[in-house]
Amino acid sequence: MSTLLEVSNVSMRFVMGGLFSRNHIDAVVDANFTLSAENPEIFTIIGESGSGKTTLARMILGLEKPTAGDILFEGKSAAERNTRAARLAFMRRVQPVFQNPFETFNPLKQVDRYLEATARSLLGARSKADVDAAMDDALQKVGLSLKEIAGRYAHELSGGQLQRVAIARALIPNPALLIADEPVSMVDASLRMSIVNLLKELRDTLKVSVIYITHDLATAYYISDRIIIMQKGHVVEMGPARTVLDTPEHPYSQLLKSSVLSIDAAGMGDLRPADRAMAEAAWSRAGQGALVARDDGRMVRTA
Amino acid sequence: MGDVLTVRNLKAYYQMAYFGVDREVRAVDDVTLTIRENEIYGIAGESSSGKTSLIKTFAAAIRPPLKIVDGSMTYRFGDLEIDPYKASKEDVDAIRWKHLSYIMQGSMSLLNPVRRVKKTFEDFAFKPMGLPRAEFWSKVRAHLERLGLSPNVLEAYPHQLSGGMRQRVVIALATVCQPEFVIADEPTTALDVVVQKDVLAMIRDVQRQMRSSVVFVTHDMSVHANITDRIGIVYAGRLVEEGPTRTLFTAPKHPYTAHLVASLPRIGDTTPKAALEGRPPNLADPPSGCRFHPRCPLAIEKCKTDVPPLETVGSDHRSACWRSDEVRPLAKIGTPEPEVVA
Repeated sequence: MSTLLEVSNVSMRFVMGGLFSRNHIDAVVDANFTLSAENPEIFTIIGESGSGKTTLARMILGLEKPTAGDILFEGKSAAERNTRAARLAFMRRVQPVFQNPFETFNPLKQVDRYLEATARSLLGARSKADVDAAMDDALQKVGLSLKEIAGRYAHELSGGQLQRVAIARALIPNPALLIADEPVSMVDASLRMSIVNLLKELRDTLKVSVIYITHDLATAYYISDRIIIMQKGHVVEMGPARTVLDTPEHPYSQLLKSSVLSIDAAGMGDLRPADRAMAEAAWSRAGQGALVARDDGRMVRTA
Repeated sequence: MGDVLTVRNLKAYYQMAYFGVDREVRAVDDVTLTIRENEIYGIAGESSSGKTSLIKTFAAAIRPPLKIVDGSMTYRFGDLEIDPYKASKEDVDAIRWKHLSYIMQGSMSLLNPVRRVKKTFEDFAFKPMGLPRAEFWSKVRAHLERLGLSPNVLEAYPHQLSGGMRQRVVIALATVCQPEFVIADEPTTALDVVVQKDVLAMIRDVQRQMRSSVVFVTHDMSVHANITDRIGIVYAGRLVEEGPTRTLFTAPKHPYTAHLVASLPRIGDTTPKAALEGRPPNLADPPSGCRFHPRCPLAIEKCKTDVPPLETVGSDHRSACWRSDEVRPLAKIGTPEPEVVA
């Protein structure tokens, strides 16, 4: 069994301030996980803003250099990708999908120009026919076609369609890993599930692994195979998604779950703020704790 | 219980003329509804469904090209009865903030970054409250304490407060004059899940204390489920269904509502959720007849030509669908123990 992505003991510390007011923030502390190449899965990173989930994604994409630890993609670290050819090869295998489709696309350019640029630079397509074929192929995978998209501007498409185009663009070089940072938070309610279902379909039919970053536990429960829950840079709980979310063990995971607004009590007016104290107390001891493996396959940080 | 706001056949269109071509966007199309005392009325709809235009119209804050084309809108605050579009500007200014206030979405952009929070309170609330300075500040402090905020936030600059804290300050600002009518426009969209629940609970507490009416706008149905008493569903500028929150979730009578409820993923539920086909309509060129018909699984020929009226389908429950008797809930909503009637 070979590994696709190996994140080992990765930490990221941002240093702020000058000579006399030096301060630092630990965005990610000692993160560890591996994705296997044979079993594509949807791996979800959950956390509030400031929990370090986006920083972790940026490090995997090679946009930030971790201050400690190693991220190996198909056995190679970022430092080994020191030539243009090596970086291009990496970009063919790992592709991002961003949060807000309306900001991803330049409003003054037709959206297919992005697809074309990706097809030329990453896939190396030369002739017009090759480029069009690659674009249409990728668009078909997300349930669109080149005919619908060609010549359109971003404002002519709905948020759901744009996000599909963004995913299609990422699929052009046939990547092994998609990194989707909050891909549905800006998409309308009636179209949101189409994107979530699409990610699931990509995993099943194209065997693409997806790192799905979100703060929404409900969609995470719906599509993920494994999840990690992050609190202020620390991984507090990780394991099979259903196991962790059905019975969270770490106080912070429990806090997150209890904050999810359930629709089962619709109209009952039962709205009690969650108690943050326990989770804060658990986190204040986080430095001493270590991830302990449990029988059901999960790891929980215990003090 | 009386009605605070009565809206009859309200139509507000964006009317534009570019290069001699007239364009009309029917953002609020024939909306009739009432908002009662002491309730939270939710308005749900997707982006570009016209919900923001609707609440701007409620707030009497519209400016060209958005214009009132037809219909009436009357507020009743105690003995004062006012239609903001017929009253003089002075009269409308007099009700603002005192009777009618607004919790805005971006607390970031509302609070002036270079002024302390107390200056913002002074700008917004000092004149409508009409109190001597010392009394004004003691009232503001008392109000903040009642909402569980330390009066020290008044001395802070907005960047010194966290996002959740800023949103709470904005809620305090909107409610400091004890208005009868509060419009809340996506107040929790930018917040984290944990903070979101705290802020929602706070809005609910304030509303219960003041017994005011709150119009709560968001696209997030799970927020509506937890905070509102009644919900109006807006689709392409029209009100398509309205009813008590519980009823809309358990027995929706419009296919769009049924879909919205069914597509919500839930923890503990892994059944596949279907997405609605098609895309939200363009308001500049809406479909004929029922605007939902191109995406509707129940559509028949009649839906393409005739506009369904908003008709009573149950107690306090109205739906605009020709086949409303045939709409079945697509998801099973759990039944917690019945609420104890106080």
